[in-house]
Amino acid sequence: MSKQVPPPSWRHVGRHEVFPEGGLDDTSRFDFLAGMNRHLATRLSPRVRESFEKRVQPRAEQALGRPLKDRDEVREAMAREPIYQMWSALRRTTMEMRQQAGRAMVLRQLGPLIEKAKSLNDGAASLQLDPSLEVPRTACAVDIHCMPGGYHTELVADDITNGANYDAGIFATTGGMLGRWNDGGGQALAQWLKQKHPDFKPRRILDLGCTIGHNIVPLAQAFPEAEVIAIDVGAPMLRYAHARARALGVHNISFRQANADDLGYPDDHFDLITSAMFWHESSARSMPLQLREIHRMLTPGGLTAHLEQPQYSENMSLYEQFIRDWDTWNNNEPFWGVMHDYDVRQLVLDAGFAADKYFETTVAGVVDREVFPVAESTGEDYGRAALWTMFGAWK
Amino acid sequence: MSKLSELDILDLAGTRAKGARPYYFSDPDSDRLLSIIMAVAMEHAVTRQRLDALERLIEAKGLLTREELERYAPNREAEAERGAWTQEYIARILRFVQQETETLRDGVDVDIRSVQDELCR
Repeated sequence: MSKQVPPPSWRHVGRHEVFPEGGLDDTSRFDFLAGMNRHLATRLSPRVRESFEKRVQPRAEQALGRPLKDRDEVREAMAREPIYQMWSALRRTTMEMRQQAGRAMVLRQLGPLIEKAKSLNDGAASLQLDPSLEVPRTACAVDIHCMPGGYHTELVADDITNGANYDAGIFATTGGMLGRWNDGGGQALAQWLKQKHPDFKPRRILDLGCTIGHNIVPLAQAFPEAEVIAIDVGAPMLRYAHARARALGVHNISFRQANADDLGYPDDHFDLITSAMFWHESSARSMPLQLREIHRMLTPGGLTAHLEQPQYSENMSLYEQFIRDWDTWNNNEPFWGVMHDYDVRQLVLDAGFAADKYFETTVAGVVDREVFPVAESTGEDYGRAALWTMFGAWK
Repeated sequence: MSKLSELDILDLAGTRAKGARPYYFSDPDSDRLLSIIMAVAMEHAVTRQRLDALERLIEAKGLLTREELERYAPNREAEAERGAWTQEYIARILRFVQQETETLRDGVDVDIRSVQDELCR
């Protein structure tokens, strides 16, 4: 008989000075939501696949008189399947509850949180906001991943609501898989550089779409001598990110409000340009444009590396493509599926990089032993190691 | 942008995300009900956790018997606090209804397909 270890309680989340204070009920809410996500992923999701294989696919293919040809047809056929309806409805409503839980917690202490952020930020030149910046449609056409107000909305002056809400909820959404500081992606990149390229010592680093800076902080810590610039379009994210980095004792990152389409840095300026979970929130116009900008701004011998969810491919079953594409239609990620269909290698080459300098690999999140004690993890870290595709190129 | 003191935080906490919400069941009433039921389920779990913590602490400290808990009567101040809690509780479990009425007020929401088309142009 197998017995699953429940997801770690939210009380293990990393707390810094500007992190919202949660009471017992906030913890219980996040624990319930993490438990729901675990239940949906491990117990109900396999049944959804089964309903497709045993019921939906045979019925649909009989009616069509041919095999299903793409994931759109799978989605159309699955829309009438009760098990899929229930799984999707529960997944969506769990997401909405997560947002409300985080927002309620942050809003009730918004005044003190803003004051804490202001005192940490203290008019520093390393926080560069640009109120005149036009928020691009990629960030404001819909509220990405059902986060009310998106990355950019400001409820009050000096607002940090959505940054704090974002930071507070990731741990519950991912079941702690990204570690206490939600920085598993950044940790993975820093560790990959240390292991695979120990001689690479970037002096200038740029991070695109940094949100609350959770993935750039580990790189700034790994290269304390480097000058790091992290950009995002959302002021509430950047104010929070800057305060968060300071609270964690990191002082070599400048957070700048800017659109990656046009950053204005000179040619050959950066040694390392990174992003994490950024491109799926881009557009068909911006992605190639920004990749060309990356090539231009990167110094010869420099590296660009990007963490993303796995790309779809012809080898991936239609069902898997369909289920990975759920977020496009159900979690306000309109560019998700389009981006995951791209030949990213070709896009990188089209941006000016040489074919023999392109790379693509899989990196795993570094398991946080404070969240998952060693005693529980002997053997396989089953279902806990976060996995990403990393692609990029050397210039 | 509002003043901090003017924020309706109950309303803001439960506000919907911009982007038309998908409905999953043949009857949208089922989506409405499921959403409310799940929120109630969560709040029930929250209460259960608090109660469990309380009872364990009380027992460990030998402070109170279960009979004394049963006979508890709040004073006026406690009564007011418990009433305010109930208001927040109700707004939380009726988030779905709030979000649907927001769409009514703000008009038809953005269609994902049209945004995808726009972002691919």
